Amino acid sequence: MQEIIIEAGRAERHYWRDLWRYRELFRVLAWRDIAVRYKQTVIGAAWALIRPFLTMVVFTIIFGKLANLPSEGTAPYAIMVFVGMLPWVFFSSALTGASNSIVGSAHLISKVYFPRLIVPMATVGVALVDFAINLIMLVALMIWYKFVPNWQIVLLPAFSAVALLASLGPALWLTTLNVRYRDFGYILPFLVQLGLYVSPVGYSSSIVPQQWRLLYSLNPVVGIIDGFRWCILGEQSQLYWPGFLLSIGVTAFFLWLGIRQFRNMENSFSDLV
Amino acid sequence: MSNIVVSVEGLSKRYLIGHQVARRERYRDALRDVIGREARTFVRKAIDLFHGRQIVEGDEVEDFWALRDVSFEVKQGEIVGVIGRNGAGKTTLLKILSRIVEPSAGRVRLRGQVSSLLEVGTGFHPELTGRENIFLNGAILGMSRREIRKKFDKIVAFAEVEQFLDTPIKRYSSGMYVRLAFAVAAHLDPDILMVDEILAVGDADFQKRCLQRMDDMSRREGRTVLFVSHNMESVLKFCSRGILLNSGRIATLGTIQDVLSFYLAKELSGSNVINLSTKPRSQELPCRVRLIQVKTLNGQGSWSIPFGQHVAFEICVQSQSAFENMELGIGLFSVRGFELASWTNRCSGINLALRAGLNVFLVEYTDMLLLPGQYSLSIGLRSGRGFEDYVSEAASFEITVSERAAKINAQGFGGVLVPKVTVSTIRNADAA
Repeated sequence: MQEIIIEAGRAERHYWRDLWRYRELFRVLAWRDIAVRYKQTVIGAAWALIRPFLTMVVFTIIFGKLANLPSEGTAPYAIMVFVGMLPWVFFSSALTGASNSIVGSAHLISKVYFPRLIVPMATVGVALVDFAINLIMLVALMIWYKFVPNWQIVLLPAFSAVALLASLGPALWLTTLNVRYRDFGYILPFLVQLGLYVSPVGYSSSIVPQQWRLLYSLNPVVGIIDGFRWCILGEQSQLYWPGFLLSIGVTAFFLWLGIRQFRNMENSFSDLV
Repeated sequence: MSNIVVSVEGLSKRYLIGHQVARRERYRDALRDVIGREARTFVRKAIDLFHGRQIVEGDEVEDFWALRDVSFEVKQGEIVGVIGRNGAGKTTLLKILSRIVEPSAGRVRLRGQVSSLLEVGTGFHPELTGRENIFLNGAILGMSRREIRKKFDKIVAFAEVEQFLDTPIKRYSSGMYVRLAFAVAAHLDPDILMVDEILAVGDADFQKRCLQRMDDMSRREGRTVLFVSHNMESVLKFCSRGILLNSGRIATLGTIQDVLSFYLAKELSGSNVINLSTKPRSQELPCRVRLIQVKTLNGQGSWSIPFGQHVAFEICVQSQSAFENMELGIGLFSVRGFELASWTNRCSGINLALRAGLNVFLVEYTDMLLLPGQYSLSIGLRSGRGFEDYVSEAASFEITVSERAAKINAQGFGGVLVPKVTVSTIRNADAA
């Protein structure tokens, strides 16, 4: 018979097993958010396509045409921008969604027990669905430009997994902080806006001077966007390996920090929301 | 022992609560004071942030113990009622046992799968259909999809919402909503079930079905139930053991009869005089006449009245002016709030006048044989201009089991009272 012991400050012994047992809830919460999201809108799920498309058009015109920044190799600027936007949109929506998730589910947190990790993870799951939609859009874009990707594209799932982990770490950390200090709810939109320009979304990271490249890669999104471009644009894009490895390191650190903080704080969530 | 499924040792829960220092003269404060106060608060919050502590709103922070050193054990198959006044820590206890809130100290051991129902319909989403919400709510309560699918038809039948399954539940009536919510919860299969006051919602029929279902779960399926309620009647009917909490500590525990009578003795016969002047009035009333107090007049001088004794009490009324014709009305209610009997002085053909100043009336129910149980009284005064004062639940009293009750075997009687009936023999067999 299953035995549960509750004590102050005691970590759940079967936490990860519990998490697996509640995987159904993860699926249902993610599904609920998706199902409800475009209710009472006229064009419905098309919104998921229109927003990244318009951003891509704007960036292509401003950075590619007006500022006349170089693309990577011979790849069309629009495709380069869109490939950069794939991980960025995922990262930012995972961050925004997760950071509000616990506070927004206060009614659940204060009434039912389940591993709290499920709530932010479900919002990351929602971001993953958007990511898949954008991927379809990218294929359409490549067909339009008659752009043929290289063999590296088979590595895309691996890079997507890295993007997932890179989003999860900071997302969990911010979620935890936001439960205790709601200030982070106000800081985050600003950070995301800033991040869009600090990360090589609208431009290629090759325009960053060589001596700053390593420092620039401290931003984990840099490595991931570069990785995505290398995967999809192929020969046209050179992957800066030291930077990429540094990004992976930063990702791992944040993942450790995020999970640790979340697990430490998790038990007091219901007192704080 | 191996059949102990819940064991709680020294459980405590502390909360930090912030106070706003009284600011009655806030608008006359000098700007300098305001800035000074805000700055102090900011510095305190910044220090809290630096130490990674939680932020508490308010100028002064204080500890509050919602639970203090609570220990008890529950055996398998027992139904335990947790009772106590508002704020006694009942819900906190349940939240700790269901792992929603972390205790500050102490230890709990639970053997078996736990489900808790702190409300019905947790996580229901108004935009989703009834069908979708069954799956959503089920998953939140910890059921797997296969389990829900297996029980789906039973849930729908229980809730009686077949034709609205594919309608968003924001279009449901509140009755349908509650039925659907309870239907999902009723099909959980935990070893230990914790229920908090869910009977407060829904109509009488629904409440009966809820109790029936919980009864089934424990009697037939051997599950353990912890049940928090204000409803003495259902606690008494349904639970075998009880725990009485008072200000976060266990006041007493034992069989439900003992615990309830301890509770009622403390609540009801603490004093034979009940002060009415401070009781809240539910409506705006003119201030000409006020009910001041009611005092029990039965033999023991308490509100616990042995079966067979008359219910008698004194009502004190303060009046600013004289009234020629005052109507005194008294309603008798069951614990559940059903009105059992109404009476006004006109029923007895008595005219009551009020003098300016203090008036005392003696009321005695001379011919009413109430069965053992809990009751309450509402008292109202009405002049020609309408209600002058009205206090609902002015007094609660208990009819206790007495020798006389045992003699007539009153335990087995239904309803609330024994009517006065005469019976005589008109014809005997041998007379024919």
